[in-house]
Amino acid sequence: MSIDYQQKIPNNVDLAGDRKLQRALEHWQPRYLDWWNALGPEGFQANDVYLRTAINVGAEGWAHFDHVKMPDYRWGIFLAERDPDRVIGFGDDMGKPAWQDVPGEHRAALRRLIVTQGDTEPASVEQQRLLGLSCPSLYDLRNLFQVNVEEGRHLWAMVYLLHAHFGRAGREEAEELLERHSGDPDNPRILGTFNEPIEDWLSFFMFTYFTDRDGKYQLKCLAESAFDPLARTCQFMLTEEAYNMFVG
Amino acid sequence: MTTKDLVVYDRDPASYRHWTLTVDGGVATLTLGVDEDGGLRPGYKLKLNSYDLGVDMELYDALQRLRFEHPGVGAVIVTSALDRMFSAGANIYMLGQSSHGWKVNFCKFTNETRNGIEDTSRHSGVTYIAALNGTTAGGGYELALACDEIWLVDDRSSAVSLPEVPLLGVLPGTGGLTRVVDKRRVRRDLADVFCTSEEGVRGRRAKEWGLVDETAPPQQFMDRVRARAADLAAARPAPPAAEGVAVTPLARRADADGYHYTFVDAAVDRAARTATLTVRAPTEPVPADAGAIRAQGMDFWPLAMARELDDAILMLRTNEAEAGVIVLRTEGDAALVLAADAALAANAGDWFVREVIGMLRRTLARLDVSSRSLFALIDEGSCFAGTLYELALAADRSYMLDLPEEEGRPTAIALSDMNFGPLETISGSSRLALRFAGDAEKLAELARHAGEPFTALDAEAAGLVTFAPDDIDWDDEIRIAIEERAALSPDALTGLEANLRFAGAETMLTKVFGRLSAWQNWIFNRPNAVGEEGALKRFGSGSKPDFDWKRV
Repeated sequence: MSIDYQQKIPNNVDLAGDRKLQRALEHWQPRYLDWWNALGPEGFQANDVYLRTAINVGAEGWAHFDHVKMPDYRWGIFLAERDPDRVIGFGDDMGKPAWQDVPGEHRAALRRLIVTQGDTEPASVEQQRLLGLSCPSLYDLRNLFQVNVEEGRHLWAMVYLLHAHFGRAGREEAEELLERHSGDPDNPRILGTFNEPIEDWLSFFMFTYFTDRDGKYQLKCLAESAFDPLARTCQFMLTEEAYNMFVG
Repeated sequence: MTTKDLVVYDRDPASYRHWTLTVDGGVATLTLGVDEDGGLRPGYKLKLNSYDLGVDMELYDALQRLRFEHPGVGAVIVTSALDRMFSAGANIYMLGQSSHGWKVNFCKFTNETRNGIEDTSRHSGVTYIAALNGTTAGGGYELALACDEIWLVDDRSSAVSLPEVPLLGVLPGTGGLTRVVDKRRVRRDLADVFCTSEEGVRGRRAKEWGLVDETAPPQQFMDRVRARAADLAAARPAPPAAEGVAVTPLARRADADGYHYTFVDAAVDRAARTATLTVRAPTEPVPADAGAIRAQGMDFWPLAMARELDDAILMLRTNEAEAGVIVLRTEGDAALVLAADAALAANAGDWFVREVIGMLRRTLARLDVSSRSLFALIDEGSCFAGTLYELALAADRSYMLDLPEEEGRPTAIALSDMNFGPLETISGSSRLALRFAGDAEKLAELARHAGEPFTALDAEAAGLVTFAPDDIDWDDEIRIAIEERAALSPDALTGLEANLRFAGAETMLTKVFGRLSAWQNWIFNRPNAVGEEGALKRFGSGSKPDFDWKRV
């Protein structure tokens, strides 16, 4: 399905057909922008940056380049195409159709996985927010911002799942993702790595080389999830994660 | 489940096999004469007036008929048709061959029926007299304990006994242990002797210990009992002269989807292990005066609804063991429900209305002690008002839809007089009082708002519902909550709910359903009772049980 850019929130999940979900996400969107403006890349929010934006989840559309101001980046919700015959590949439910909705039995476990994954995305943006002020080259600067906007989009991907499938508790978790902050001693990010300072470019390269490689395998695990929307989200996120490792 | 395997509770005096109900002026006599071959299931004979669930179904039906068809009856004699044998109690061979679940359900229903006798004594002023004309053992004596007075024939051989411990290695679990000390106030050391003795206690000593109220020799026994009953019936304040109201059969339709009635529907989703109990409001105003109410009889909405709900709960308990989550819903016009409550309150002095309220009270109490998770869903078109709001109060959780005005008709709940007393739980308090731990200030505040609609957010703020999700969250929230609940351990949930539902002080009945039932159900699971060498299995075989002697 191609991406609907007419919408406030670009998506290929037919958001226009789910008014309730659209309302919920449109409520979250300004909070996200407030967060981006407060804790996103410092010093370059008003500049045009040559960025890659997905316009289609297919091979031909996921790498569309254009100049854009970062706060105007079209963060959206893109899932890999659904395979209607997909079955669960492991565990007690192996061979049964993949879940399109969260089974209540596994609600808590799936929510924890998604929240933990989601929490890392804005965390790394926060960790890297001052690096633009000491960039070795314009080339590195652009790479940094590409990584940052895509981390932001990964946050959107997790927030979509929380809003679409986890009810009120999911919405509350989505708010919390913007309220925890990297390195804040009273209100830290969930995983220790994401509270460590990244004050220089060597740390950033190590992060994109090692931590994002670990992240890739996390995403590859989640892309096998029996919960199909999570699997499809992570399949598409992997195309973006590859860029982070390339930077590393 | 195919409908031919269904266990149903419908009974009619014309086809009773075990009980006879006769009425003579103000005195009724219920006579137990169990048909040995009339067991509900094959495989055991109901000898010596021993009973199974089918016998108690008839007793339950007879009590309902006494309440509604015989308002002039002020005293009820419960006795036996056998010579020198009142009752040997629950049938041991039936218990020996039954599954754990069947035993527990059987005990629960018999408990509820006995509690119902006491409920009628307390609220309707009817005195029940157990006339024990012979040997009275186990469940037979427990039935006597539920009566207001116990008479025992003094023939030098007939005894009352609770021989479960020495004979069967289980407890007198249908209220026996509890009522001996809590109701009869038998001293605990004497009760200890009584409850460990196979042969029980006879005549004079039984009276001295408080196990019976009166004894009489065989020749005079029934005459004296009848004279006592006639005196009690005559002494009842202002016995109603009114004609009774016939108890008509319930119109239940059972099919693959569940159980369907006029005002109640129980839809079973066996794959999801849930049932949805929907209760509908009346479709037109109920009559406002007692005469017109009585003229409606069994069709009077609060009674019709309560009888259907009562039956639906029993159907789910007995036939749908895996429906672990019961979703409680209502449909219809809340104003008509509140009007029905007002009619009940305005005519509370009328005998029929009093019995209708009693039926509502006992039915809701049945819901309280059902070992199923209860979730109330208060959504568009619902009518959780007054009596029907009790369903939400009985629930372990309630979810109320917070619907913005532009999206439809906002949901509302409302309180009525019925929420503040007449429908008390077995703990003796209203469900509201239990919910707010008896906080008198809070209850007074709520009482000031009786009759007013509470929106979802008001209700949530007042603590009247658990959660008020909006329309964005509703579907996910509800689906996930129910699925999650249905995935938890059924045993742990039964224990959890039984503990959380009855906050506050214990009463005799909360002890019966808590302490006594829980210990009994533990024993029912132990090899010392139900193992191949256990006491319940070895009973009557000629060999002794082989116990594991370790105390646990």
